[in-house]
Amino acid sequence: MKPKVAFFDFACCEGCQLQVANLGEALLDILGAIDVVEFREVMSEKWDKNYDVAIVEGSITDEHAEQRIRKIRDRSAVLIAYGSCATIGGVNGMKNSFVLDEIRQSVYGKDYQLFDSKKTRPIHQVVKVDYFINGCPVYHPEVIEVLKCALRGVPYAVPDNPVCSECKLNENVCMYDRGVACLGPWTKAGCNSWCINNGNICYGCRGMVTNPARNGANDIMARYDLNFDLIRNKFDMYNKCSEEDKNG
Amino acid sequence: MANKTVKIDVEYLTRVEGHGNIVIDVKEGKIDKCEFQVVESPRLFEGMLRGRSIFEAQHITSRICGICSCGHSLASIQAAEDALGVTPTEQTIKLRKLLLDYEFLDSHVLHVYLLAAPDVLGVPSFVPLVKTHNAVVRRALRMKKLCNDVCDILVGRHVHPISAIVGGFTKLPRPKDLDAMLDMLESMRDDMAETLALAKTLQFPDFYRETEYVGLVSDDEEYPLLMGDVGSTDGKRLVKKDYRQATNEFIDPRSSAKFAKWSRDSYLVGALARFNLNSDKLHPKAKAAAEELGLKPICHNPYLNTVAQVVEIVHCYEHAIDLIQDLKKNGINYDEEIVVGVNEQQKIPVRAGDGVGAVEVPRGILFHNYVTDSNGIIEQANCIIPTNQNIANIEYDMMKLLPEILDQTKEEITLKMEMLVRAYDPCISCSAHYLNVKFVE
Repeated sequence: MKPKVAFFDFACCEGCQLQVANLGEALLDILGAIDVVEFREVMSEKWDKNYDVAIVEGSITDEHAEQRIRKIRDRSAVLIAYGSCATIGGVNGMKNSFVLDEIRQSVYGKDYQLFDSKKTRPIHQVVKVDYFINGCPVYHPEVIEVLKCALRGVPYAVPDNPVCSECKLNENVCMYDRGVACLGPWTKAGCNSWCINNGNICYGCRGMVTNPARNGANDIMARYDLNFDLIRNKFDMYNKCSEEDKNG
Repeated sequence: MANKTVKIDVEYLTRVEGHGNIVIDVKEGKIDKCEFQVVESPRLFEGMLRGRSIFEAQHITSRICGICSCGHSLASIQAAEDALGVTPTEQTIKLRKLLLDYEFLDSHVLHVYLLAAPDVLGVPSFVPLVKTHNAVVRRALRMKKLCNDVCDILVGRHVHPISAIVGGFTKLPRPKDLDAMLDMLESMRDDMAETLALAKTLQFPDFYRETEYVGLVSDDEEYPLLMGDVGSTDGKRLVKKDYRQATNEFIDPRSSAKFAKWSRDSYLVGALARFNLNSDKLHPKAKAAAEELGLKPICHNPYLNTVAQVVEIVHCYEHAIDLIQDLKKNGINYDEEIVVGVNEQQKIPVRAGDGVGAVEVPRGILFHNYVTDSNGIIEQANCIIPTNQNIANIEYDMMKLLPEILDQTKEEITLKMEMLVRAYDPCISCSAHYLNVKFVE
């Protein structure tokens, strides 16, 4: 029997789910191997039994979402956190740099309490996650790779080397040599240095490597006369929620 | 029928982007409630932008929506450049117009084939169509992928474009890239003809309600998508910096959702509005398509927004091909390739400013507005999303439609209401980041 797979979304832009539709006709091959039983963005079908694999996009930002993700976890054999919002909090985490009531009021005015909004959390800070697919958006080849692992029940090792290791192989001119600070040296690879290949910098969307080359990084900071605040400020765009991981 | 009681509660409407509910409550023939509610979690984008550099706004606001990330990028860039006093080059404008054509193609193909067509064909999603209409599904996925692939070439990827930033492009297409994009688009010509043929067979409910149609208007001959003034079918016209006089957000006692209105109680934005405002500026082939499909301005049936999208698919396809041919003929000036930078290089001088971007995106006119301090740090941000401008109009449509179909079964009423909301192609995660939302028990 084909495994039952469902897609769910929380606070996010739904772009990572869209990446699935963007697979084109290859999607039909995947649909041949699995049974997609729920995918609200493109399907009206509903499923009331358990899921073999739940693919979850988005961050947890309110009470309702927290209850919903707990129920999904209870019904799912395997849970995949899908995309930066789910794996590290992503851009939703920038909210955590503000006093919650203040930022809510700044957007919604005096009626702000009508909208429940809590501190942003990635999925693993609420329930157990079995597989992580990083990226804003997710990178197609890695999606296929992780799906294969999840369906076979074997672990997937999230790359923990920096983006630079892929960027060098792509023969890009280092952004530091072009006069711009880039987060590649501190960010997990696996995207084939997607942004730098296209002339932009790395924004850290895949999360920080667990063991960055501190001396090398310090050399870079010194050589280009950069201060730590600039780098930290850039990191906050995607990685603000990681502070909670460090605090345990 | 006069004493009919109907209670419909569609929680999490499917095949739309984001989370919305349809709630209908009719007690003994009297309509108690007929609402389209937005229940997306607030993401507070405007709040989060405060304190970030104006050069980061495109990257961040692109993440408001995965479907129209290129549209958000272009509106954001326009607002930032307006605040900074940067004038884009002619080449940059052409490339941005090309990107917008790709965005329309991609989004409209997704909506027409995968989100709207299943209703018309009487199935819950495209999945059952894999068996019954295999060639159609394959064509849809093939077209969707192709739109994506040309976007990959132009800006790195479609979901969250990489190379389109304030000042221009960090990577400009090489001659071989222009050739590849042209070949790929030309290879889609048969699929385009099939799409038009399919559209001719789709039957939409008959419904009529006059309203105001709002979108970009201009004095030149081009169908305005990237630049122009804000205009309406009621004869209004404003420069984009006065956009708040057009959107007039207000709170209605019926619902805690924020609505928009201009000359009437509500207005409509999107493909149908653009068609009603500017159909005379469409590409000749798109005009011919509209005639074949029987779409004429001013059309007051919102279900036909999907048909207007098909007309725009033809327009954007032909316009994109014309643009690439023009770029090939004139050659690309690679000196215009810019180095990204959160202004670490000081190449673009920063200043205190207040800038507005007004760009047509697939679902309608989109406004971004940023106020910056003298260091180019954002102090205030405001984004007014097409879906949000449409919500009042959707509800007025629902309220007119409901008594007309009240004699039908609950299932038929639900389907017609769902189809109506879906016809607007609502993008709820976009709209929810500042909408006032009422949570139903």
